[in-house]
Amino acid sequence: MSAPAVEGPNEEDRATPIISVPVPEAARRPLVLWIEDLSVSFDGFKALDGVSLELEQGELRCLIGPNGAGKTTLMDVITGKTRPTTGSVFLDRRDVDLTKLSECRIAELGVGRKFQRPTVFQGHTVYENCELALRGRKGVWSALFTRRSAGERDRIDEVLEIIGLTSQSKREAGLLSHGQKQWLEIGMLLAQDPKVLLVDEPVAGMTHAEMERTSELLRGLAGKHTIVVVEHDMEFVRSIARRVTVLHEGRVLADGPMAQIQADPRVVEVYLGE
Amino acid sequence: MSRLREMHTPRVWAVVGGVALLLALLPFFGLPAHLVPLFGKFLCFGIAALAMDLVWGYAGILSLGHGLFFALGGYSMGMYLMRSIAGEGVYRSALPDFMVFLDWKELPWYWHGFQHFPFAAAMCLLAPGALALVFGWFAFRSRIRGVYFSIVTQALTYAATLLFFQNATGFGGNNGLTDFKRILGAPLHDPGTRATLYVASAIALFATYVLCRYVVTSRLGRVLTAVRDAELKTRFCGYESTHYKLFVWTLSAMLCGLAGALYVPQVGIINPSEMQPANSIEMAIWVAVGGRGSLIGAIIGACIVAGGKSWLTNTIPSAWLYALGALFVVVTLFLPKGLVGLVPKLRLALAALFRRRVRPAA
Repeated sequence: MSAPAVEGPNEEDRATPIISVPVPEAARRPLVLWIEDLSVSFDGFKALDGVSLELEQGELRCLIGPNGAGKTTLMDVITGKTRPTTGSVFLDRRDVDLTKLSECRIAELGVGRKFQRPTVFQGHTVYENCELALRGRKGVWSALFTRRSAGERDRIDEVLEIIGLTSQSKREAGLLSHGQKQWLEIGMLLAQDPKVLLVDEPVAGMTHAEMERTSELLRGLAGKHTIVVVEHDMEFVRSIARRVTVLHEGRVLADGPMAQIQADPRVVEVYLGE
Repeated sequence: MSRLREMHTPRVWAVVGGVALLLALLPFFGLPAHLVPLFGKFLCFGIAALAMDLVWGYAGILSLGHGLFFALGGYSMGMYLMRSIAGEGVYRSALPDFMVFLDWKELPWYWHGFQHFPFAAAMCLLAPGALALVFGWFAFRSRIRGVYFSIVTQALTYAATLLFFQNATGFGGNNGLTDFKRILGAPLHDPGTRATLYVASAIALFATYVLCRYVVTSRLGRVLTAVRDAELKTRFCGYESTHYKLFVWTLSAMLCGLAGALYVPQVGIINPSEMQPANSIEMAIWVAVGGRGSLIGAIIGACIVAGGKSWLTNTIPSAWLYALGALFVVVTLFLPKGLVGLVPKLRLALAALFRRRVRPAA
């Protein structure tokens, strides 16, 4: 975890209450993920400091903030890679605390993650990548003895269609362009069919055209899935976001619709600035 | 049937089957009798190389301790060979000769049962398998990976060597187990028995190949290569990578035990030098030379390196280690994919040559 790159506000600023937009009760959809009072510290450095968040079913949420704000750490905690010092994460029903489970168990329960750098299985074909991500039995014995079912093949074809890589299905994933790898990784998430998709910097290093395609892809997926996107590119965030959460120095600084966030003087100061 | 087709195309199956058959029938088609045990030894090394390739080439786990599993299989077989001739040793005792020599009065508990061939044969697989399972469970659960894992396996086999060197351990100390006479009633020095052991090794090699091919072409095989390339990602995809590694690691150890068990009756001795670290490293070299991630390559690598060793240590004994070192350097620098990596290159070169020949004529 790198230290914050942006000068942080002083102590008085920290004490100011979190801005929260009241959403009319009728517009609320059922919640799918709760994060309660999450803190993580690495050798005294507080990467997350009492973060609470709620995600509604089918929403597309953007998570922004300067370097070191704790965005990636938050994803690490939700997916089980990092254990929090305090706090809990609940999925779907309130009885399972994700922070107590292993990465693969969390994945099984329905949290999918796309990494900052595209990580696909380089030596496998595009098709096999989707196959490996497919929701289903993940045990050793079933992997040894069962074969692709017709249903699984249909699902893979469907996913390849959505991400537009049908023509590339026999290609080794390592040979794809950067943008194609990012889409493949999103496709792998889809194959996993998770309740919540965590997408870390999907458009980093993309051309403008690729970015538009990605924006389209993510907007198309929202509604069916709950998506959290971490992104630095404000133009991209504007193109997809309905609701934005700003993290700063491990805390939630602001939370609300894009227009309101952009107008928030404190957000402008620490992040949008120039 | 279609599963077989997923493993190989019919044409490749025909080639593989044909080569295997030829190899198995070699003693009946002019292979000199004194070379039969030597070639049988190479076949056993081929099995060990497949086992090594499974963990290293496909799952990315470099073991520098596979010699231990090989030796454990060998010791299990050796114990059967010793026990089956009880009363016929130099001392005419029911105990193996070395125990009489050490003035032991009673058979240690762990020697019981080995007079029965089925029990001993099962132990050839179960002893290395059990050790691998326990060791792997601790190592993989603690997420020990890469070079650290290799070093720990090296230390494991070294520790075992020291343990087996001691007379008190009960496996014949540094002399190991030797002076075998018969296997299943057949005299070991008889050419017929030797040919049978050779054919058994060839069958075992073919069966191991088919098994390994089944594993690497299954979804499990694809998960293993995925674990090799991006382990964390497989965990986020919901695979408990530890279980997958443990499975392939244990399977590999058992196959190595099988190789050792077939090796011992053919060479007539098993002693702790078989588990010395250098032997395990040599196994890694077989696979590196042949080609990691290619099963056929692993077998070829084992035969070439072990064959070269036999030939060189006979003609210029001092040159072998230099040759081995040079081979390792050459493979690392010029053949990262091993000898099988040359095949596509050769094919391209041949095609280019052919085209050049054709063009002037056209």
